[in-house]
Amino acid sequence: MIWKPSKRSLITALAALPLAAALPRAARAEIEVNVNRGDVQPLPIAIPAFAGTQGADIAGVISANLQRSGLFRPLDPASFLDHDLNVSVQPNFASWKQINAQALVVGQAAVANGSLQAGFHLYDVFAEKELDFQGGGGLQLNASPENWRRIAHKISDAIYERLTGEKGYFDTRVVFVAESGGRGARVKRLAIMDQDGANPSYLTDGASTVMTPRFSSNSQEITFMTLRPEGSTIWLLNLDTTRRESLGDFQGQVFAPRFSPDGTKVAFSVARGGNSDIFVMDLRNRQTARLTSDPAIDTSPSFSPNGSQIVFNSDRSGTPEIYVMGADGSNPRRISFGQGKYTTPVWSPTGEFIAFTKQTGGEFHIGVMKPDGTDERLLTSSYLDEGPTWAPNGRVIMFSREGAAGGPKLWTIDVTGRVLQPVPYPGAGTDPAWSPLLN
Amino acid sequence: MTPRSSALRLTLVAMGVLSLAACASKPKPQFPTTQAPQARTEPQRAPNREPPVAQVSQAPLPGSERDFVVNVGDRVYFDFDKYNVRSDAQPLLDAQSAWLKRYPAVQVRIEGNCDERGTREYNLALGARRANAVREFLVSHGVDAGRISTVSYGKEKPIDPGTGDEADQHNRNAHTALVSGARMQ
Repeated sequence: MIWKPSKRSLITALAALPLAAALPRAARAEIEVNVNRGDVQPLPIAIPAFAGTQGADIAGVISANLQRSGLFRPLDPASFLDHDLNVSVQPNFASWKQINAQALVVGQAAVANGSLQAGFHLYDVFAEKELDFQGGGGLQLNASPENWRRIAHKISDAIYERLTGEKGYFDTRVVFVAESGGRGARVKRLAIMDQDGANPSYLTDGASTVMTPRFSSNSQEITFMTLRPEGSTIWLLNLDTTRRESLGDFQGQVFAPRFSPDGTKVAFSVARGGNSDIFVMDLRNRQTARLTSDPAIDTSPSFSPNGSQIVFNSDRSGTPEIYVMGADGSNPRRISFGQGKYTTPVWSPTGEFIAFTKQTGGEFHIGVMKPDGTDERLLTSSYLDEGPTWAPNGRVIMFSREGAAGGPKLWTIDVTGRVLQPVPYPGAGTDPAWSPLLN
Repeated sequence: MTPRSSALRLTLVAMGVLSLAACASKPKPQFPTTQAPQARTEPQRAPNREPPVAQVSQAPLPGSERDFVVNVGDRVYFDFDKYNVRSDAQPLLDAQSAWLKRYPAVQVRIEGNCDERGTREYNLALGARRANAVREFLVSHGVDAGRISTVSYGKEKPIDPGTGDEADQHNRNAHTALVSGARMQ
């Protein structure tokens, strides 16, 4: 273990930040940005550099987050006309209307008593009014100065939620398998980074092949597997303590681990005599139950958000398809019926969709369907897309994409299939797993 | 925070049907994947098989790992998404069975491998089937089951770093590794 956990003590006081100047009430019709249509226009938003310590860096991280969501279009700071901003004073709306900014973020940051404090106000430019957060006015956050990026992510989440009505997903991390070396000589290391690719660090040294890390709901524990000639092992790793323990010996080859939503269980596959079945271990008493006993391949279990059902992959019909069963293994039923091979089903955190990898002809796709198998939609297509993982708000999916040449890279696609973007991490990566929102 | 309706509020509702039209018109597949290439009936030999013994080289010592690799063959190949032992692989596995019965101290590990045209977890399961298919063949031909372990590498350890049908075919294999008991060369 070569990774040391960084102090994650973010003082999460979302204090109301009162604005000194009284603002005039809105006196115009409401702007409506409707993303129901396929031709949705991202919302133009101005995010000038915050005043004070690392103010430009903080604004830059917020802009990049909102831009990557596909729902916002941060305006080029070079186009700004008003350079005399003050968080205590009402902005000059006319100068922001002139560049067609519909929303405006005005903030400042300062270090006091060893703590970085950042506050901001959010304005509806054309309505000429402030958009209040809970408690009225803007928001203020405190953290140790080295956690300035987390402050920027939390501000991004607050803006996203205030303007969309949906929880944000920016104050999150991604655990994945970092790859180096070419095909046939790959070194695979467990790695973790912020969702925007910043602060990457390795959790293992590459001596053994690691695969399929998954987050627990507490964001501080992951499960993953290692593969050696002598067999495979499923591990539980605590990110705070770096303590690592094996799930145990199951008289077969174990793989495909995934936590239950409450973190008390791990579902996984065991291959014995060539046959793979799904098991679940209760981590509290180490009792293991067998959930499938079909002679076909049964793997890639993923719990529904309320823990009552499991979606999994099976070829019991002759081709790899997606099935749903009770969390006790009861009543398995097939939900995928389209052309092609379906694998890697993953239930969305909202319960709304199941993401999957689909292979049709020579192409691989990331797709989604409803848990009853209806409304299947393919979101991506390439030589090799695989391994979807959901952002905690169920709006964005991260996956790995590999061409016939070059190493695998991490990408995101939003659930509408409109916004496809590479994750800004420079290295090769596969098997991403998105954390829940951090505390 | 409780978001209230505001002038700028965005409504986030799935609008996928429209975006799907783009996916439906993707180019035709470039890589046929439903069948193994027809030319895949060449003798079941390891691709990295050593050249015939040259004058200066020693002949492999009978019972050694090199003897097994060169004179028997340590790898058999499979069709796409299949795990049955192909008929053209049976002579090689017959020879493996005979060799293993001749050298009963040898312990082997059958390693199941897959091409990259499948997802990671499914391929681990598929590789386990391939390894087990070879194990069952050897056992049914008289090799003691206690001498044979299996492991699936899925698509993690390709022997051919290329892409395309030929590389994929090479990478769909079961490798018989001698774990212990072979004579030293």
